[in-house]
Amino acid sequence: MLRFLLGRVTLILPTFVCVTLASFLLIHAVPGDPIEVRVGEHGIAPERLAMLRHQFGLDQPLWKQFLDYETQLAHGDLGNSVVTHASVWDEFLTLFPATVELGVCALIFALVVGLPLGVIAAVRRGTAFDYGLMGVSVTGASMPIFWWGLMVILVFSVFLGWTPVSGRIGDAFFVEPWSGFMLIDSWYSDDEGAVWSALTHLILPTIVLGTVPLATIARMTRSSMLEVLGDDFIRTARAKGLSPLRVVVVHALRNALIPVVTVVGLQVGGLMGGAILTETIFAWPGIGHWLVEAIQRRDYPVLQGGTLVIAVLVMAVNLGVDVTYGFLNPRIRK
Amino acid sequence: MRDFWRSFSQNRGAVLGLLLMVGLIILAVTADIAAPFSPIEQYRDAFLAPPVWMEGGSFRYVLGTDDVGRDILSRLIFGARLSLMIGFMVVALALSVGTTLGLAAAFAGGIVDIVIMRLMDVILVFPSLLLAIVIVAILGPGLFNAMLAVSVVILPSYTRLVRASALSELARDYVKATRSAGAGTLRLMFAVVLPNCLAPLIVQASLGFSNAILDAAALGFLGLGAQPPTPEWGTMLAGALQYYQRAWWVLAFPGLSILITVLAFNLFGDGLRDALDPKLKR
Repeated sequence: MLRFLLGRVTLILPTFVCVTLASFLLIHAVPGDPIEVRVGEHGIAPERLAMLRHQFGLDQPLWKQFLDYETQLAHGDLGNSVVTHASVWDEFLTLFPATVELGVCALIFALVVGLPLGVIAAVRRGTAFDYGLMGVSVTGASMPIFWWGLMVILVFSVFLGWTPVSGRIGDAFFVEPWSGFMLIDSWYSDDEGAVWSALTHLILPTIVLGTVPLATIARMTRSSMLEVLGDDFIRTARAKGLSPLRVVVVHALRNALIPVVTVVGLQVGGLMGGAILTETIFAWPGIGHWLVEAIQRRDYPVLQGGTLVIAVLVMAVNLGVDVTYGFLNPRIRK
Repeated sequence: MRDFWRSFSQNRGAVLGLLLMVGLIILAVTADIAAPFSPIEQYRDAFLAPPVWMEGGSFRYVLGTDDVGRDILSRLIFGARLSLMIGFMVVALALSVGTTLGLAAAFAGGIVDIVIMRLMDVILVFPSLLLAIVIVAILGPGLFNAMLAVSVVILPSYTRLVRASALSELARDYVKATRSAGAGTLRLMFAVVLPNCLAPLIVQASLGFSNAILDAAALGFLGLGAQPPTPEWGTMLAGALQYYQRAWWVLAFPGLSILITVLAFNLFGDGLRDALDPKLKR
């Protein structure tokens, strides 16, 4: 097990170095010198430019600059935003809980709805329910979520007026940002209205971001269940006279879950891409919204730092899934 | 081939996808005749005219008009041409580069293999839409750059697929036989091994088509893809943001077009996979 773990970690190291190299080259691929980008449209005297270039090490050879960048990263320094001058890492930490809150809720929503639907479709294979669900799920997987989000806002917020259009909580409430998770923070604020407001703000973005994973999970669960339901041990369990519900939920589902869990783990990257669009539509103050704004403001350090952190997170999650899978399934542990 | 068609045509979803695809292609090719108006002509007498079945709608503008009086139906039809073109170009680029890289990795092995595959791993680490956004941010917004970015993002799936199938083919006897008969490496790569790796590639290409259209539309929606007044569906959605609460049709139809197109290619791709993959045959 330890060898397997070490093997996976050493495999990821070169990728990590390549990712930092890619993020380093990003800022150099942008047309114009980083200093000039930082100065903006005001212009700068040539002597001062040369001085600043020296100060930031931009007159050094590229390999030296890359080594400096790596050292800087090793100290947890991602640079500063051109617009707000705040540290990119600090901004990331402030906004990250909002994205996690949305992502976790979307994933829970997708699992809670998708798993039972997939199981029922597999058990009732070939029925109208099965065909209907598969039709809906292929549509869900094809959904342009930036449009889906707007349509949901149009129906539930504009026409029906049930939910707010954007943001995380109503203007009337002030909640001490203690954990960064609005649901938890509003819970501890002892203000029932605040909890309700946070919930109603969360529900539409959750549904929109959860749609594609929901469709994927339902399809995956169905095909995985179909495979397991044909196995011998299910026939044995049935022959023993166990109740159909027990056979399906305890015997079949437990075995069908492994591929589903793997797929869920590997969805994190896709979820981040979806979060960019969902947060933009709902003005949700998270990482996706922050990155899109960074592009519009040409705030390259934010784009560079944010992208790097997300890539590292995706790598960490993939490694985690890999290791968990190896832990659950000794056959792939060689 | 007949066997393939029999198993494909049994899949109702796949046939529906194929029909939708054919319809879209016909619309795209004949856009100049099929569209009632020019996609960029502005009619000053009809701003935000509703579609025909609503009060105040007319048959002149079947799906209504947008804020500057352009006919939405015509824009959608020309948008179909654009979207299919985007899908085709992106997949063609990713497919040709990915195939070459995958074959090179499989044939050369060693350091070449490691470098190519690590590079693909790096691309895969970034969420695809985020990477596309970053690439466009560097190259500058525009339809061509957006297509380039999407091609880069979907490249690894083709490279990995070709490498994996080429490696398993390389171990077969017929490859050894051809090699000992004196065939050169290039001939082995493209004329002997590649044709035997085609089935999964075709499926991936069909599914890649829908991804390409979806991602390009998302970039257009974020203002990074095709620029107005190009009738690209995602760009049309972005343009509708300011007044969609007053005129829902400006928002609803372009998105519906994206959904239908992506759905058609996904259904078709799923059907292809089931028909081509003998393992899934019952």
